[in-house]
Amino acid sequence: MSALLRRSETVIFLVLVAAIVVIGLIRPEAWELANLFSLLRANVITGIMALGVLTVMISGGFDVSFPYFAMAAMYITLLGMLATGYSGVVLPFIVATLIGLLLGVLNGFLVYYLRMIPLIATLGSGAMVRGFLLGAIGTANINIDRMPPALIKFASLHLVKLTEPDGTTIELSAMVLIYLALALVVHLVLNHTMIGRGVFAVGGDREAARRAGFDVRRITYFIYCLAGALAGFAGLLYVSMSWLANPRDLAGSELDVIAAVVLGGASIFGGRGSVLGTMLGVFMLVLVNNSLIILHVSTTWQRVAVGAIIIVATGVTAWRDRKRAAYRKQTA
Amino acid sequence: MQQSFDLRRFVNRDANLFQLFVVTALIFVLMTALNPDKFLRIYNFESMSFIAPELGLLSIAMMLSMLTGGIDLSLVGIANLSGILAGLFFHAMGGEHGPGLANLPLGWVAVGVAITIGTGLLAGAVNGLLITKLHITPMLATIGSAQIYVGLSLVLTGGPAVVGFPGWWDAIGNARVLGIALPLVLFLVLAGLVALVLTRTPLGIDLFLIGSGSKAARFAGIRMDRAVFASYVAGGVLASIAGILLSGRVNAAKADYGTTYVLEAILISVLGGTNPSGGKATVLGVAVALLGLMMLSSGFQLLRFSNFLVDFIWGAFLLIVIAINAIRSRTR
Amino acid sequence: MRRPPRFSNGSYRMPPPLIELRHVSKHFAGVKALDDVSLSIAPGEIHCLAGENGSGKSTIIKVISGVYQPDGGEILIDGASVHALTPISAIAHGVQVIFQDFSLFGNLTVAENLALSTELRERRNVVSWRHVRAVAEEAVSRLGVHLDLDADLDRLPTSGRQLVAIARALMSDARLLIMDEPTTALTSKEVEALFTLVRDIQSRGISIVFVSHKMREMLEISERITVLRNGRVVGGGPTREWNETSITRAMTGHDLSREPYRWTKPAGEVTPRLEIKDLGVPGLYSGANLTVYPGEIVGLSGLLGAGRTEFALTLFGMQPSYHGSIRIDGKEVRLASVQDAIAQGIVYVPEDRLGEGLFLNQTINRNLLASSYGDLARYGFIDFTQARARATAMIEGMQIVTPTGERPVIELSGGNQQRVVIGRWLMNDARILVLNGPTVGVDVGSKAGIHHKIHDLAVTHGIAVLMISDDVPELVGNCSRIVLMHRGRFTEDLSTSEVTEAMVADKLKALV
Repeated sequence: MSALLRRSETVIFLVLVAAIVVIGLIRPEAWELANLFSLLRANVITGIMALGVLTVMISGGFDVSFPYFAMAAMYITLLGMLATGYSGVVLPFIVATLIGLLLGVLNGFLVYYLRMIPLIATLGSGAMVRGFLLGAIGTANINIDRMPPALIKFASLHLVKLTEPDGTTIELSAMVLIYLALALVVHLVLNHTMIGRGVFAVGGDREAARRAGFDVRRITYFIYCLAGALAGFAGLLYVSMSWLANPRDLAGSELDVIAAVVLGGASIFGGRGSVLGTMLGVFMLVLVNNSLIILHVSTTWQRVAVGAIIIVATGVTAWRDRKRAAYRKQTA
Repeated sequence: MQQSFDLRRFVNRDANLFQLFVVTALIFVLMTALNPDKFLRIYNFESMSFIAPELGLLSIAMMLSMLTGGIDLSLVGIANLSGILAGLFFHAMGGEHGPGLANLPLGWVAVGVAITIGTGLLAGAVNGLLITKLHITPMLATIGSAQIYVGLSLVLTGGPAVVGFPGWWDAIGNARVLGIALPLVLFLVLAGLVALVLTRTPLGIDLFLIGSGSKAARFAGIRMDRAVFASYVAGGVLASIAGILLSGRVNAAKADYGTTYVLEAILISVLGGTNPSGGKATVLGVAVALLGLMMLSSGFQLLRFSNFLVDFIWGAFLLIVIAINAIRSRTR
Repeated sequence: MRRPPRFSNGSYRMPPPLIELRHVSKHFAGVKALDDVSLSIAPGEIHCLAGENGSGKSTIIKVISGVYQPDGGEILIDGASVHALTPISAIAHGVQVIFQDFSLFGNLTVAENLALSTELRERRNVVSWRHVRAVAEEAVSRLGVHLDLDADLDRLPTSGRQLVAIARALMSDARLLIMDEPTTALTSKEVEALFTLVRDIQSRGISIVFVSHKMREMLEISERITVLRNGRVVGGGPTREWNETSITRAMTGHDLSREPYRWTKPAGEVTPRLEIKDLGVPGLYSGANLTVYPGEIVGLSGLLGAGRTEFALTLFGMQPSYHGSIRIDGKEVRLASVQDAIAQGIVYVPEDRLGEGLFLNQTINRNLLASSYGDLARYGFIDFTQARARATAMIEGMQIVTPTGERPVIELSGGNQQRVVIGRWLMNDARILVLNGPTVGVDVGSKAGIHHKIHDLAVTHGIAVLMISDDVPELVGNCSRIVLMHRGRFTEDLSTSEVTEAMVADKLKALV
């Protein structure tokens, strides 16, 4: 039981529950279904991208290029759809995912073959993609009237639809299901496949992983391609859900996503992390924004709040890690 | 130190630095070739000399944080916050616009400078405390503090820019001293100061040692907390001065100016030979890298490349240079 | 022991050696790492490979395990010549190497670590945790030990991790287990346990190659020895034909005199350099009393975790929340920080030389001067001329072998590196020298040199020395007294003029 309590996911979960309870007490509308549904929906895009960031972080690496890969995949796919008049759903998502995956290959190459520091490598590749996208392909928004209707319809699918007494409807987006499904897949891969264990091994001790017989090259390409693929998918899903394609929207979100993954208990040094933790971390981030709105606090305080939470959470983690290290020294 | 300048020793001592010189020279040649009429104009280099210094100061601040094995992602946030605080102060003193503001006496402007630098000191101190006293890893600490500084900027301004600074203030960003741009003079002086401290004072050498081996530094009796704290405070001050230059140059301050500056500062720092894991950095390298990249972007801008494509070029350039280093060290 | 096969006429023939190297040589960029090396390891034999750093020990391991291919000579396994051995084919032949760092994953559980090589070998794609558990339990029972399979590996102490490494190695039908300096981080008790285990493994017909420089252990555990020097085999044969002196002579090429350092308390009233009364840190140790006179060398030993390092670190100011009294030269002092300790002339040479003692990517000079830059500053700026002069003088004084102080410190041998660490502190008027494992990983030849240096410092400079060590000969040969710690308390204070090495070793083994 104490082992369960000591896990960081449990701590985060309890904090989240406490936060929701407290906020609900102050403003009961926080507990309304409409709000909860909206909260869940807000998790989807950040969450999907966070899954990729988590995988890379567990291996001891870093990826800050994913928002730009997302944008690129999204924009190219949309332009393709508009140019050809294509009107499906499945193929565009496959294309977007593939574009992200191919871009991820670049990252894998830089990190594995050229042995670049992942932070620097992905900074460079992200800058390249961003620059190329905005510079060569264009910065024009694609508004709702031009957005392929099939995509919008897809993203509007709902799981649950309720009608309020006053006639308004509230829906739980089906995209949440997609998010959960992807999370489950990543979880299964990380915990139940050899390549997933390989990610943990490489994050724990890269050299030992090589000696043990892990194919570090395959693992490296795998994680960056996965992160890229998830980013590509998320990019297209994002514009489908928001009915507007502005290539610059996701820019700058890399640090928020990384913060969410770290809040969820992943170690920035590699070797540790879980899908559940990441999902909780993302939820926490989304909750902050949502709570500020509910509490009628100006959204300009949002960043300050996020920053404060990051500092408190990492401070507590650092304090706990130091205690653990000291404890281990005593009993060595 | 009595040491005559020995070219061969210089080359051997830091092959990467020498390579950087060569590359920068090549860029110069290339850009001239591509823009025979426009690149070599004094006007071109002049405008560079007004724009580059703010990025240069940020890059040196970034270099300082990397020297001890950390990173400071809050530098631009500090710069903007400092500029905004000064701007608001000036507006309070001299009105929102008009001659009252433009002609604010030097005394008040000096107070504004003090406010700016004070902000940098304070923000840097906060970073330093988070890292040395709370033991939060620098990346996470500065992600968090960045959110807070940017957040405060947003809260103070509500979002839009603070437009209009006194004439004296704008002069800092636009005036000349003996024909040379004042920003450039400031940059050279501050860069020289940092170089002096790093190479000739115990504090500077301590920073190198801490970056080389933090455990060994502890056992060697080096006052680690003090040194690291000082380096982050120095970084904050440099960032705030960059804020002065930026707001002085464009006569405005905004919460989200220069969002690409953080990544660019990292790129320049690393390109200039700084090892992100710590223990290796030179001010000269950063300065040369800055020069090279500025010439690169200027040249491409003259070719009517979109600003965004410059991003692409920076990213590609960084990757190419590091790739060359990697390949060279393999074949050695 | 397996029975050798019979000839058709019913007689027995000696089975071929498990592994044999014949005239093997290997060079790297002109340096001969191995020169005409021939040795053989019989099935079920415990064989020790002895030699100093740079003698070729690790090259031989890498050749046997397929990491390096020899440039000349041949390798035979079971009497048949093997060409182009690779790590994978070596493993297939049953060769398993356990490196000093164990190559384990601290962030994975014990069970997963145990099962990993099996899983990889079976080329599974999907992980069945039930299978992992089954493999892990099998591994543990094969070894005959008990381990908490669900614990994260990095919660285990070094001895536990070593067991995991051995268990994992045995999972793959190992026939030869090569262990590289296996006893470095183990206490005497744990070494005994390891030896029992090794003999058990031997009884199953598995050969074990011990690579070591610890002579007592070599002599105790191995049946045959091969001694290397400068890439050549300079001696070999049954262990009973060797003793410490002959091994040392073979490893270093010359005899080493071992005059024990004996200090006598001068007549009359002498103020102790260091006087500790009732020192303690809650949870780590308590009730420590110790007196050390100028010029005296006092040894401190005990099991790992007994509190020795924490006690030493208290003296170095790294345990500011201690209670008790510390007097230096009669004056009561408070050591709340490393700077306090240094100001009082207390210096500490850590056990982890590479991680805690040296700045690996810096020059020798920088390492020597690391603690002195503050003193060398005039008006805030460092006087580099004086700095360099001091460093050069220290290189000479400590007899550090290097053409110039501007070389990277990482190029130096272990012994010279240790001299750099000690030398750094001597720049600052040390009065008390605390050494933690001063000759760990240092060649036998250099060991004696460092001991001489320490004697010299004690005698000529009157420095009081506290030496923490697990090396019984080192303790007995250098210290006038040996203090034993156990579970945070000082338990014995032995005078070396009254005990023998064997007695001390027995007392250490008796600690539970």
